[in-house]
Amino acid sequence: MMRIELIKRPQHSALFSALSPIIALVLTLVFGAILFALLGRNPVTAMYIYFVSPLTQVWQIHELAVKAAPLILIAVGLAVCYRSNNWNIGAEGQLTMGAIAGSILPVLVPEYQGVFLLPLMLIMGMAGGALYAAIPALLKVRFNTNEILSSLMLVYVAQLFLDWVVRGPWRDPQGYNFPQTIQFSDAAILPELFPASGRASWAFVFAIVAALIVWFLMAKTLKGFEVKVIGQSPRAGRFAGFSTGRMVLFAFMVSGALAGLAGISEVSATINQLQPVISPGYGFTAIIVAFLGRLNPIGIIAAGLVLALSYLGGEAAQAAIGISDKTARVFQGMLLFFVLASDTLIYYRIRLITSRRAAGEAALEHS
Amino acid sequence: MNILEAVLITIVTASTPLLIAAMGELVVERSGVLNLGVEGMMVMGSVSGFAAAYMTGSPWLGALAAIIVGAVFSLLFAFLTLTLVTNQVATGLALTLLGLGLSGMLGEPFVGHPGVRMDNIHIPGLSDLPLVGGLLFGEDPLFYISILLVIAVSWFLFKTRAGLTLRSVGDNHGSAHALGIPVIGIRYLAVMFGGACAGLAGAQLSLVYTPQWVENMTAGRGWIALALVVFASWRPWRVFAGAYLFGALTIAQLHVQAIDLNSLGFLPGPFYWLLAALKSVPTQFLSSLPYLATIVVLVLISRNRRLTMVNTPASLGRAFVPDR
Repeated sequence: MMRIELIKRPQHSALFSALSPIIALVLTLVFGAILFALLGRNPVTAMYIYFVSPLTQVWQIHELAVKAAPLILIAVGLAVCYRSNNWNIGAEGQLTMGAIAGSILPVLVPEYQGVFLLPLMLIMGMAGGALYAAIPALLKVRFNTNEILSSLMLVYVAQLFLDWVVRGPWRDPQGYNFPQTIQFSDAAILPELFPASGRASWAFVFAIVAALIVWFLMAKTLKGFEVKVIGQSPRAGRFAGFSTGRMVLFAFMVSGALAGLAGISEVSATINQLQPVISPGYGFTAIIVAFLGRLNPIGIIAAGLVLALSYLGGEAAQAAIGISDKTARVFQGMLLFFVLASDTLIYYRIRLITSRRAAGEAALEHS
Repeated sequence: MNILEAVLITIVTASTPLLIAAMGELVVERSGVLNLGVEGMMVMGSVSGFAAAYMTGSPWLGALAAIIVGAVFSLLFAFLTLTLVTNQVATGLALTLLGLGLSGMLGEPFVGHPGVRMDNIHIPGLSDLPLVGGLLFGEDPLFYISILLVIAVSWFLFKTRAGLTLRSVGDNHGSAHALGIPVIGIRYLAVMFGGACAGLAGAQLSLVYTPQWVENMTAGRGWIALALVVFASWRPWRVFAGAYLFGALTIAQLHVQAIDLNSLGFLPGPFYWLLAALKSVPTQFLSSLPYLATIVVLVLISRNRRLTMVNTPASLGRAFVPDR
């Protein structure tokens, strides 16, 4: 019989802080290889197709940026929430509402194609996401309502709302009854960065800039200090005169705005119209990105690229060796488990105790 | 069988999975652990229940497989949160994300295949009684199991010594530990019970409610079950009431979506106009009612801070490392 015992470290280990995401990645790859072997594929080939082949050509690097942009944008916002102990898990809904709000102009006023069109769309997208995120925040502040459940429920509501919008009032009258809006005009499409070599758009730049701004906010400003104090000890925060209520609203609205920006950027740059499904679960995958990046905006950039690769790898594996692209979501789920488990090493030393050793200790104590 | 009876029976079928999953989570939370992985364990139960029944032809083996898979799957969560003391909220989310992904992958070969239905019970004589016959004596077996579950959990928590021990672990793990109670061991068992219940609830969806496998077929029911536990302030019979309230709401909006107004001309004016008004609401809005109702109910129940504090297990969600 073996027992695991945790011994608290006097202070948290800087070494394992840096190592834990890497340990988690390695463990995920090992278990991934086992999974492929169980599916009857050569693990080495499968791993190559999954994690290397999607990076061998320039246009593929563009695709990586396309997928990473929304993940980084959302995860950076979630980091502010989670650091301040606000469990926003409704980013998928905020992304959806941001996409709808940002699409108001290109769908309802397609004849307006001025220079302010794109900036207005982005601002409206951010406002849509932020206001939608304000609902669970206000309910938490005013009525003490559990924000985990309310923010998640609002995801389903937002998706149904999008479904109604594209099938009902905003449906393209010339669209052969397909549930979709009209195509955005060129003026409403977020430009690509290097159109000659691939699809990567300004959304990726937004993601990097957002990560840098939030990094600065968290590391260098009083607001960032407030976020961390309230997150670690709400009581200490109150003594310092910080308002927990305002922090809830701040964290939710920042993350909602970034999710909304991700939504309208994705719709504008990649899909060019609204349709019933606009995201392959970016809002949920971003939760994994946030934790893999250890809730640090710079780490989140790296983590976003890793998770984006898992999406591409899933598609590549399906095309090349007939493994379902659903394995990508299994990888993502496993990764989060390993990240959380490895984080334990930062705060604790782990001791394995066999029953013989335990018996020996007991004998020593009694002697 | 008249319309009323048919509606009531569908309400029962819609409420049963919520009730079973929420009863499991209630025991878990009473032991001081918050497992947000209900949705993931439930969907794993759906896929394994469907697969086992499909391959063996027996819905009972399907239900059994779902119970085992749910309990084993919950062990992942238990090992991380109880042995490695990871954050319970994050780990529960991880369990849900992994469960949704894994079930999608495992279930792919079964998409589009007709499932095996768990037949309703038929007791000659009793089941044929007018009105109440089918309703009380002709339901699917999992309905009876869900009712037994409420009775058993209620009895266990409040009438047995073991139940008292479990509640003490949830209310003050420090004191329980000091008294020599194996806090971690009890929590492991509670989490596995919750996993088994969630698995069975998932199997109800793929064996009784709609005998087929569809990806993400739990559609947020695991989350609604979590909300029900809060709504019920951690009391078994209130969970029962809550589950039926939500089941009724789900079915009501489905029926409103499906009714044919022309055949209802006989209804008294106000009723007719109410139905006509509801019918004119887009179906997507009706479908979002259960989710919106969950939020409204949570707001109403948590508005009173003091009442919530009194009812919530005091150690809920807090990590515990024994100091030996």
